[in-house]
Amino acid sequence: MTWLSDKTIRHLREVTNLPDLSNTKYRCLQKIASGGMGTIYLAEDTLLHRKIALKILDIPDPDGDLAQRMQQEAYIIAALEHPSIVPIHDVGFLPDGRIFYTMKFVKGLTLADEVKKSRALPELLRIFQKLCEGVAFAHSHDVIHRDLKPENIMVGGFGEVLVMDWGLAKLLSPDNSSQTLLIKNRTTDSDKKQKSGEISSTLKTGQFTEHGTVMGTPAYMAPEQERGEIDQIDQRTDVYSLGAILEFLVISFFSKKKSEIPTNSLSKNRQRKVPNRLQAISEKAMSENKSQRYTNVLDLVADIENFLNGSPVSAYRENFLEISWRWLNRYKFLIFLILVYVFVRLLIFFLSNL
Amino acid sequence: MSKPLLGIILGAVIGFLDGLTALFTPEADQIWNIAPWSSLKGIVVGLIIGFYARKVDSMSKAVVFGLIVALFFAFLTALGQYLGEGQHYWIEIMLPGTITGAIIGYGVQKFGVKPKVSKSEV
Repeated sequence: MTWLSDKTIRHLREVTNLPDLSNTKYRCLQKIASGGMGTIYLAEDTLLHRKIALKILDIPDPDGDLAQRMQQEAYIIAALEHPSIVPIHDVGFLPDGRIFYTMKFVKGLTLADEVKKSRALPELLRIFQKLCEGVAFAHSHDVIHRDLKPENIMVGGFGEVLVMDWGLAKLLSPDNSSQTLLIKNRTTDSDKKQKSGEISSTLKTGQFTEHGTVMGTPAYMAPEQERGEIDQIDQRTDVYSLGAILEFLVISFFSKKKSEIPTNSLSKNRQRKVPNRLQAISEKAMSENKSQRYTNVLDLVADIENFLNGSPVSAYRENFLEISWRWLNRYKFLIFLILVYVFVRLLIFFLSNL
Repeated sequence: MSKPLLGIILGAVIGFLDGLTALFTPEADQIWNIAPWSSLKGIVVGLIIGFYARKVDSMSKAVVFGLIVALFFAFLTALGQYLGEGQHYWIEIMLPGTITGAIIGYGVQKFGVKPKVSKSEV
């Protein structure tokens, strides 16, 4: 009798725990992550010969609500074609009836891990801008993410930034324009035709979130979201989360020990020279009062761009000294050249009069 | 504003201001001859820098190029200002004149608008 080694047993256990994809064109390779309502596996598309990420619903779903939610998540991501939103490739059902969808496999680090690298502040802010552009695109299609956090942002090896995990995304507008977008995307797939009645019931806004339900990650959750005020959730809810992510990036950059990401707020780090304008941008985005936040994500992006260019930002009113210092800093080389010219002229003048 | 046009304007203004510094020299009585010619020199230098900056989108290269072009034209100007007994205003003209070229180069590259890519280049 041959005994199996621990390594063999571990391998067998891993293999038997992998989902059955026999009726699909995918071959499961390994488990990547799990959380929320699904588990994500690394798989191979056997027809296209490429690695993909495959998400499967793996918690009990007697009513079928979770499967519908996951289906909506897939439809939402499929309708949002943007370089900063993870693209979805396919959606279907396993032999055991569980729903799955496949998406691009992103090789890279989460933003939470990316900040531990030695990146310059402008680089981090450019990554943040790309993230914001993806979110702004989603907002333009009335989709709110509701769970923006560094762990849901992937930064690829070539600098691409992708917003992941749209499991808590909410379709805002009850008007036909947004639903038409998703319905159109849905019915173009000839293998998954359904009756329009079934589609519209699936895509009803707020169907899955009842008032009082709190969904999201506390540290990045807007106050209205924390209180479960579903009817108060709009683009500014995501703006709050983006402000929290910005604060996270700035604190990580200015903290001395990169391996320990501090949880205290920006105001306590003022002594570590966080620029006032950048702090003001973060604070504006994270205003408790929704009406005092940026109206939309693009305004936030514009202020970040202004900060990077050395221009005034809408979130901060500078005094005369600060304006002068900013102007001097922005044109320091020009001022240096002018001073050199004046010095040379004065030198020639005095030497010629000796 | 395009870079060559900006170069012309900056060159004219900076050249004129550079020429006005002759007020503090023994040649102050010739100021209405010196300043316009200095401005004209600045226009030529600015135009050349402007065309260069259109092709090369680099601040450091534009500044260095401006230095070199202005140095050359300052040399020609100093060569033309003969004081007798083999004397020229080498230092008085070339040194400040070279720095004005750097200022024009910086200004053109910083504030000039990049040309749009034409269909033939795509």
